[in-house]
Amino acid sequence: MNEYEATDPVLRYDAVSKDFGRREALRDCSFALPRGRVAALVGVNGAGKTTLLRMAVGLARPSAGRIDVLGEDPAATGTPAGVSYVAQDKPLYRRFQVREMLRAAAVLNPGGRWDGAHAASLIADAGIGVGQRIGELSAGQRARVAIALALGRRPGLLLLDEPLAELDPLARREIMGTVLAAVTETGMTVLLSSHVVTDIEDACDHLVVLGDRRVLLDGGIDELLAGHRIHSGPATSTADNETVVHRSTRGRHTVALVRDHTPPAGPEASGSTPTLEELVVAYLHAPTSSDAEAA
Amino acid sequence: MVWGWRVEFRIERRSGVPTYLQLVAQVRRALRVGALAPGDRLPTARAVVEAIAINPNTVHKAYRELEREGLVEARPGKGTFVLHALGRPDSVTDGVLRTRLEDWVNEAVAAGLTVDDVQALFADVVERLYRGERTDE
Repeated sequence: MNEYEATDPVLRYDAVSKDFGRREALRDCSFALPRGRVAALVGVNGAGKTTLLRMAVGLARPSAGRIDVLGEDPAATGTPAGVSYVAQDKPLYRRFQVREMLRAAAVLNPGGRWDGAHAASLIADAGIGVGQRIGELSAGQRARVAIALALGRRPGLLLLDEPLAELDPLARREIMGTVLAAVTETGMTVLLSSHVVTDIEDACDHLVVLGDRRVLLDGGIDELLAGHRIHSGPATSTADNETVVHRSTRGRHTVALVRDHTPPAGPEASGSTPTLEELVVAYLHAPTSSDAEAA
Repeated sequence: MVWGWRVEFRIERRSGVPTYLQLVAQVRRALRVGALAPGDRLPTARAVVEAIAINPNTVHKAYRELEREGLVEARPGKGTFVLHALGRPDSVTDGVLRTRLEDWVNEAVAAGLTVDDVQALFADVVERLYRGERTDE
C-alpha cells in the first residue's frame, strides 16, 4: 500500500511563479502536502487556482520555481503516473456511451496502473448504466463518471478543480463521499479547489488560501483555527502576542481576526475560535499578508 | 446517514459543535437508548466517510475519544466494538425531566424558534454546563 514514506510530501510547490505574457498570475507560491491529506485550495475566482493545479500535471509550466509531484517534476515529464486531474468542465466524450468511455480510459492509461474493474464498480454504485450516453447524463452523474475514471488510475494524488460547482447537494455529498472513501482506503492525497468554503469544510483537513497571486495561508485546518482568535466588541484591543489579520468596523462595533502567536490557545484565551469561513474571509479581505503585519 | 448500522450519524453543520464531538455524542446517545449494545460493531470509518462526506481523521478522532472513555474497543483488522452500554438514571427522574423538557420545547415552538435554534440553544447550554465532563461511567 505504501509507495512513499509517510513523511515525504506527495506534492510540493517551491517558490512557484507563473506569468502569462506580461501578466503575473502567481508569485512565489510555496506549500507542501503530506500523504493522506485532503486539502482545500480556496480563493476568489481568477485567483490562479486552476493554473496552480494545471502546473502539477504539466499542462502549464512554472515561469520560476519548481513543483515536485510524487518525486517527479511535471514540467519535465508531463503528468506523473500516480496523479489524476479532473478539470472543472469534466471533459468526457459526450457522444460516447459510458462503456466506451471506460474503454477509452483503458487505452489512454497504459502501463498496468489502470483498474477498469474499480472504475466500473464506482459507476455501477452511482446507479449509472454502461449503455447510457455521456451527453444524456445529469451534471451530477457526469461528475461521478469523471471521478470514477480518475480513481480508476489508482492515484496517489487526486487534483480536482471546482469538483462541486453547479451540482445539487446530494450529488456533492455523494462525490465527496466517494473521494473520501478512497482516501480512507488508500491514503491518497487530495487537493481540490473551491470558492465556497462551506462545501468542503467537513471534508478537508488542510487549507491553502490563494489571493493577490500568492499563498496567503497554508496549514492543517485544526492548527490554523486554534492559532487564530476573533475579538468582537465596541473597541477591540489585542494583546502583545497577537497580530491583526483583518479588522472590520461597522458603526462603533469592531470585529477583528487576530493571529495568536502563542499556541496552543488555551480556554482562558480571550475572544472566540473563528469558523473556517471567518478565517478564509479575513485573509481574503486583508490588504496583503505583509501589510497585515503593520496593521 | 449511515444506514444498515445500529447507529446513524448525521452532521449538524450550523451547530458550532465540532464534527467529531457530534459523532461521539451520537454513539453515546445510541448506547444510552440501547440502539447499540455490547458486542456491536461501529460502522467502519470508510462507511461513515462515504455516507456523510467527512474527513476520515474526524471519524478516527471520534472513535479514539470513545475508546479513551472506555466505551468501545478497536480490534485491529476487525473493527471497533462496543464494550458496554451507558446506564440511565432511574426512570422516575427520567420521566420528570422529560416532561419538563417537553414543556420547554413547547414554549420554544410557541416563541417561534426553529429546530436548528432549539438544538443550538440546547447544545450550547449542555456544552457550557457539562464542560470538561466526558465520561459519566
